[in-house]
Amino acid sequence: MPVERIPGVHTAKSAEQSEEEVRRGILTTTVARAVNWARKQSMWPVTFGLACCAIEMMSAGAGTYDLARWGMELFRASPRQSDLMIVAGRLSQKMAPVLRQIYDQMPEPKWVISMGVCASAGGMFTNYALVQGVDTIVPVDIYVPGCPPRPEMLMHGILKLHQKVRTSDVLKRRTPTSSPSGCAGASPTSRWPGARSP
Amino acid sequence: MIVAPDELVASLESLRSDADLAFDFLSDLSATDWPDRVPRFWVAYQLYSFRHRHRLRVKAGLAEELPRIDSVTGLYPTADWLEREVFDFFGIVFDGHPDLRRIIMPDDWDGHPLRKDYALGGVGTHYRGAFILPVDERGM
Repeated sequence: MPVERIPGVHTAKSAEQSEEEVRRGILTTTVARAVNWARKQSMWPVTFGLACCAIEMMSAGAGTYDLARWGMELFRASPRQSDLMIVAGRLSQKMAPVLRQIYDQMPEPKWVISMGVCASAGGMFTNYALVQGVDTIVPVDIYVPGCPPRPEMLMHGILKLHQKVRTSDVLKRRTPTSSPSGCAGASPTSRWPGARSP
Repeated sequence: MIVAPDELVASLESLRSDADLAFDFLSDLSATDWPDRVPRFWVAYQLYSFRHRHRLRVKAGLAEELPRIDSVTGLYPTADWLEREVFDFFGIVFDGHPDLRRIIMPDDWDGHPLRKDYALGGVGTHYRGAFILPVDERGM
């Protein structure tokens, strides 16, 4: 099996040299790459289905599409055991504090996929009832467009996230522990021009 | 049937107690907002009689400046949450209601969303005291 090489990250040896070492039973790598490989290889998503996107997410987890291929079929009911939150569906204003609390309860490192146009930007619900994009509440890593996105689309987003995890800094804390608005990591005043802080 | 707001409770009481009418069930309570009419707000009570199986809609018009009407929770306990919903979305105050709080929108919400002058779309996000502009005004 050829060694997957990410441009700009895997630069030390050529693919042929790597495979030669694998044949000799020797692997050289850095701690960062080994840790990132472990992290991306078994992500456990927290169950956060909010609307119709959740149906596609469940479909992606079931046998036909089979998220188990990436070690992530295990949707956890507890945020304490999760490192990925797939926000699948529209987020109502009243649900927003709950989503943020669940995100805060997840241990570091953690990632967020915003699935579908409602979660990403409010979608067709440009009204009082819904949060206009979950990135106003939590920091989002991957946006998956679609209404709802097909399981292939979600899987593409997950693979993109895997690439991001593999190339990220291991020790860097992703979410600041505190910020003035309590909206850590997605500080509205820094992200959105014209936003007011309390 | 249209009644004056201050006669509403007495009217419903007689509709309920009269043996030939016997409207013993309030099946729904809602409101409408007509910005160019006087009075502007109309509260509608949908009554039903289990004994006679007939229905009646009772309406009362409320002024724009101070829309308030007597609560009917004493007559129909089911009006409790329905009146809270109308208060939440239209800002109509029900005098004598035991617990008139918002029921669907967050407690600290500003405004009453089902009024016709409430912004349709382009709503920002309020979160823990911070405010983020609507999507089309963020200028990204």
